[in-house]
Amino acid sequence: MEKKLPTIEIIEKYCKGCHICVEFCPTKVLEMQGFVAAVKNLDACIKCMQCELRCPDFAIKVTP
Amino acid sequence: MAFDYDKYIRPGKLPHIWCPGCGHGIVMKGLIRAIDTVGLDTKNTAIVSGIGCASRLPGYMDCCTLHTAHGRAAAFATGVKMAKPEMDVILVGGDGDGTAIGGNHFIHACRRNINMTYIILNNKIYGMTGGQFSPATPTGAKASTTPYGNPDPAFDIAKLAIGAGATFVARGTSFHANQIDKLIAEAIQHKGFSVVEILDDCPTTYGRRNKFKSVIEMMNHLKDIAVPVKAAEKMSPEQLEGKILTGVLFKEERPEYTSEYAKLIERAKAAK
Ligand SMILES: Cc1ncc(C[n+]2csc(CCOP(=O)(O)OP(=O)(O)O)c2C)c(N)n1
Ligand code: SF4
Ligand code: SF4
Ligand code: SF4
Ligand SMILES: [Mg+2]
Repeated sequence: MEKKLPTIEIIEKYCKGCHICVEFCPTKVLEMQGFVAAVKNLDACIKCMQCELRCPDFAIKVTP
Repeated sequence: MAFDYDKYIRPGKLPHIWCPGCGHGIVMKGLIRAIDTVGLDTKNTAIVSGIGCASRLPGYMDCCTLHTAHGRAAAFATGVKMAKPEMDVILVGGDGDGTAIGGNHFIHACRRNINMTYIILNNKIYGMTGGQFSPATPTGAKASTTPYGNPDPAFDIAKLAIGAGATFVARGTSFHANQIDKLIAEAIQHKGFSVVEILDDCPTTYGRRNKFKSVIEMMNHLKDIAVPVKAAEKMSPEQLEGKILTGVLFKEERPEYTSEYAKLIERAKAAK
């Protein structure tokens, strides 16, 4: 069975480019693209929600 | 579904004013999740603050909010709670606001054991005004007012709260984001004065001066020094050197102020 991929939404107008979500993602799903965070490898997401919990700016939403 | 924070935020208020990486936003999210978990009615919940970056928090919350004078959150909050004991009252503020100019109000709110929850966002500095040292700045740390290193010892805010009589005292960090809501929720549900100290980061005025290259280093530092109370029981004093305990540090039941005051009113009426 194919695994269900989460949806990761990054609200660019809220993102302040702090790198927190990128650095602490355990499976390196995210990367910085210029000043904002972006999804690089959705396949690797383990839906741990750490990026959403730690983003100080309400800028990242993970729907498992 | 992703957690819906928007429901608790005043429309049009984001993005907030805090700097990139500032821990205050992480704590605000924890507070929102706690309000949601406990099921507080936002129309019956007052969030009260003093002055500082941390004290800007209530302005974003779609609750009853009060942004007061520097260090005076506890005084105003006490007024709200005494006038409307049925309201849930939450205080929010920084280490400077709460333990320097507001230290007096803080200890007396603890002593009274009035049923409110006080969240102290401890970034060890006066962030808003450019990085002066606060009573929570560690010895040796650099601030704009201690360019050669701080000669003062720092307050242990949680211990101060316990000593002053708070009946629920907990500590978390902005790194341990998923614990913040649980600590605050338990604090809200406790009947009495609850203090939740969150060690957070100010990359702008503290980090840079104190050789943290980025907010990531500051968060890794919080991760390294935090030890859950349960784990600490099995550790030696040497192993605990330089560590900070996290979790629920203290909890007791003691008569609560608004209930005692209501009884006093009854006694006074009966004596007429
Ligand atoms: C009576 C008075 N004195 C001094 C100030 C200046 N002032 C504004 S915020 C602040 C310190 C805030 O530090 P803290 O509470 O730790 O909040 P942070 O900005 O670090 O979140 C000071 C001294 C003021 N606003 N009012
Ligand atoms: S949910 Fe976890 S694994 Fe997925 S992107 Fe966020 S931090 Fe990475
Ligand atoms: S944690 Fe939030 S603000 Fe920081 S880079 Fe990631 S999405 Fe942007
Ligand atoms: S100055 Fe410090 S406390 Fe204030 S918003 Fe910036 S990082 Fe946060
Ligand atoms: Mg501060």
